[in-house]
Amino acid sequence: MSRDRNSRRLPVLITLLVGLMLTIVPLPDAIEAFRPSWLALLLIFWAIQLPRTWSVGTAWFVGVVLDVSYGTLLGQHALALCLIVFATVRFHLLMRVFPLSQLSATIFALLALYQFILYWVNGVAGVSAPAITYWAPVISGTVIWPFFYTFLSGVRYRSRAGG
Amino acid sequence: MTRGNNSNPGRIPALSLRVLALIIISIVLMYLDHRQNHLDGIRRAIGAAVYPVQLVVDAPMRLWEWLGDSTTSRNELELELGRLRAERLLTNARLQRLTALEAENARLRALLDVRSRVRDEVRVAEIMHVDAGSYEHNLVISIGSRDGVYDGQALVDADGVVGQVIRTGVMTAQAVMISDADHALPVVVNRNGLRTIAVGTGEIDRLDLPFLPNNADIRAGDLLVTSGLGGAFPTGYPVAVVDTVTRIPQQPFADVTATPQAALDQVREVMLIWSAPVVDEEDTQ
Repeated sequence: MSRDRNSRRLPVLITLLVGLMLTIVPLPDAIEAFRPSWLALLLIFWAIQLPRTWSVGTAWFVGVVLDVSYGTLLGQHALALCLIVFATVRFHLLMRVFPLSQLSATIFALLALYQFILYWVNGVAGVSAPAITYWAPVISGTVIWPFFYTFLSGVRYRSRAGG
Repeated sequence: MTRGNNSNPGRIPALSLRVLALIIISIVLMYLDHRQNHLDGIRRAIGAAVYPVQLVVDAPMRLWEWLGDSTTSRNELELELGRLRAERLLTNARLQRLTALEAENARLRALLDVRSRVRDEVRVAEIMHVDAGSYEHNLVISIGSRDGVYDGQALVDADGVVGQVIRTGVMTAQAVMISDADHALPVVVNRNGLRTIAVGTGEIDRLDLPFLPNNADIRAGDLLVTSGLGGAFPTGYPVAVVDTVTRIPQQPFADVTATPQAALDQVREVMLIWSAPVVDEEDTQ
């Protein structure tokens, strides 16, 4: 039982680690704003697939790590990730059967909610940023979602078949 | 995590409750973090845990640089050696003048009965991560409190002031650049000693000097150096060169912009300055 659970956890942890790397790797200024919120996408994916193991607790913890590496207000990303993962877990059965167009619309809404929470907390704390830094990741994240989803489904299938 | 009964796969037990608890914790954390620096310990601990990831992310870049260094051709190396020799000669010549000037300065200060300063100590740190895309201009450097870095410490590069440390981790530290919109730096105009404040704009190549009256004696090309008045930066490091001075008669203040001297968007290494405490040399004699 526990070995089964470990073999299920490892791939998720690895993807989260890679996601964190992609989040902090330096990019050229021109595309920096369009860096998708990798960790948000990952957490949404795993929350759809394995909502019992990877839900709000994980999201919150990842958010705190993100806050530390970005140097933002401690709890800001944690709050935002926690809320979108909560929404995902609530609707994970629906999202599993959504056709791609609807799923993409849902992802767009979730990412927009994520950025809105970040924006809102920034506003309360008195940090202002140009609008593009909030909108660009929503767009790039939605565009990349289908590929991302296919890729991660492959990872999941393989890791299961292997374990 | 929670394992519910599999008969009803749609429901995750106590989910709302957990979310509510986490939201409350987040808000309390943000409040504490915003008000005070109560959470530096937590930040430091998590920062230390994330440090290996930062190292791994940085590794390809280092590898690339290392490859570039080790595959430079002999010809190029010789050229560079020649250039460096010439540069060293020049620098040495200037340094000699500097030594003389320093001695003279100390003598004059002694005459004026002013305390003289000992030289600042510096140490080189590598930049691991730059976040200059958004309004906040932050960077993460590769040494931390283990090496004696402290909050508020000044960062310079070869050409001028880069920023200051805002959060010290065990092995890394986070610094804010002078171009950050929330950063302000007390400076003096090198030409005439006019004191003012250089404020970041959020653009990496521009600083604003918003507090200069229309009749202030400042013009394009003036060099701004740190005044040391804020207490964070040591005196006399170059900060920026004035670009444009627009005097608008209706407005109380002139519109002055300056370009930072440090290559804020290019630096890979920075120097950290330990300002030596001001000691009175005359007392020891």
